Amino acid sequence: MIKFVGKFIHKVFRDIFRKRKALKIGLYGPPNGGKTTLANRLCLDWLGEEMGSVSNIEHETREVQIKERITVKKDNHELSFSLVDTPGIATKIDYEDFMKKGLTESESKKRAKEATKGVIDAIRWLDNMDVVVVVLDATKDPYSQVNITIIGNLAARDIPVLVVGNKTDLRKASIKKIKAAFPQYDVIGISAKKGTNMEEFYESLFVIAG
Amino acid sequence: MGLTLQFVPYMEIENLSSIGRIRKLLNAVKEDKIVLLEGRLKKEEEAELIKTTMEEINSEFRGIELAVVYPAAHNMAAFRKLKQQFINMLLGDRQGLTIIGPASIVKEIKKDPNKIQLFTTDDRSKPKKARKKAKS
Repeated sequence: MIKFVGKFIHKVFRDIFRKRKALKIGLYGPPNGGKTTLANRLCLDWLGEEMGSVSNIEHETREVQIKERITVKKDNHELSFSLVDTPGIATKIDYEDFMKKGLTESESKKRAKEATKGVIDAIRWLDNMDVVVVVLDATKDPYSQVNITIIGNLAARDIPVLVVGNKTDLRKASIKKIKAAFPQYDVIGISAKKGTNMEEFYESLFVIAG
Repeated sequence: MGLTLQFVPYMEIENLSSIGRIRKLLNAVKEDKIVLLEGRLKKEEEAELIKTTMEEINSEFRGIELAVVYPAAHNMAAFRKLKQQFINMLLGDRQGLTIIGPASIVKEIKKDPNKIQLFTTDDRSKPKKARKKAKS
C-alpha cells in the first residue's frame, strides 16, 4: 500500500515536472542493437541531420549523446523532446575482441577503457529519463540478462518503456521471440537502417510519451 | 582445467548491504569461480553489479556473464499465478537462481524460460551438442 502511494506521488510529481522541462527520451539496449542508427534515422526524419557515427564493431558509442529540441509531428499532434543516445550496456568488455575486428592493441585497449566508462554513464543516466526506448537486435536472443536488467530497472523506476526489435530487414529477425520474452510491453519491429515501419514507431512514441 | 561452482545460500547475503552483496559475489567471481546464488539480487543491485564490474575491468578481469532464472508469472494460469504471487510475498528474493561467472571462463549463458545453457571458453571448437547443458 505504502509502495503504491509512493509510486502514485512519484508519478504525479514526475508528470508536473515533465510539463516544465523538456521531455527526455532515452535509447537503451545492449551494444550493436542499433540505438545510434535509430537516433540517426529519427534525427534525419525530423531535423535533417544525423546524430552519431555507427560501426559494426561493438561499443562505437562510448559517451552519452544528447540531441535537443526534436519535434515529431503526427496528424495535428506534436511531440517535442530531447533524445539521449546511450552507450550499449554490457557485463563484459574484452579488448581482445576489438583486436579480432582489426583494431590495434592500443586502439583496442583505449576503446575498452572508454566503453567501460560508457556503460557506467549509461546506467547513471537511467534516473534522468522520462521515457525509454529499449532497442534490441531482433536477430539475437532476447532473453539475455542485460535486456532483462535494463527493463527491470526501468520498471522499478516507473519509467514508461517502448521495446523496439531492430534489424527486421535481416532474415534471422524475429519480433515474435521479443514479444514472448517481454509480453507486458509494446514491441515494435523496425529496420532503422532501411527506415521500415518508422510510422508505427512514431505512433507508439506518441502513445507512450504524449 | 576444472570449473569451480560456488553455491551461495540466500541467508549468506540476506543481511548484507547492497554494496556488501555485490562485493561478496564479485570477489568469488574474480577468484575464477562460477557463483550459484540462491534467489536473486534486487533489480537496482543487478544494475549496480554491472556498474561495479565495469569499474573493475582490467587486463586480468574482463567482466562477468550473468543469468537469473525466476518463475515467470505471466505464463501461468490464473490460480497458479495467484499462488505464485503469494509465494513471492512470503519468500521475496529467495526464489529462483542467479548464475554469475567470470567472462574469461564463461563465454555465454543462454537462457529461455525452461533451461540454461552455459558455454565455457574451453569448448569454443567443440560441436554445439557436446557443450555443457544444465537444466534448471
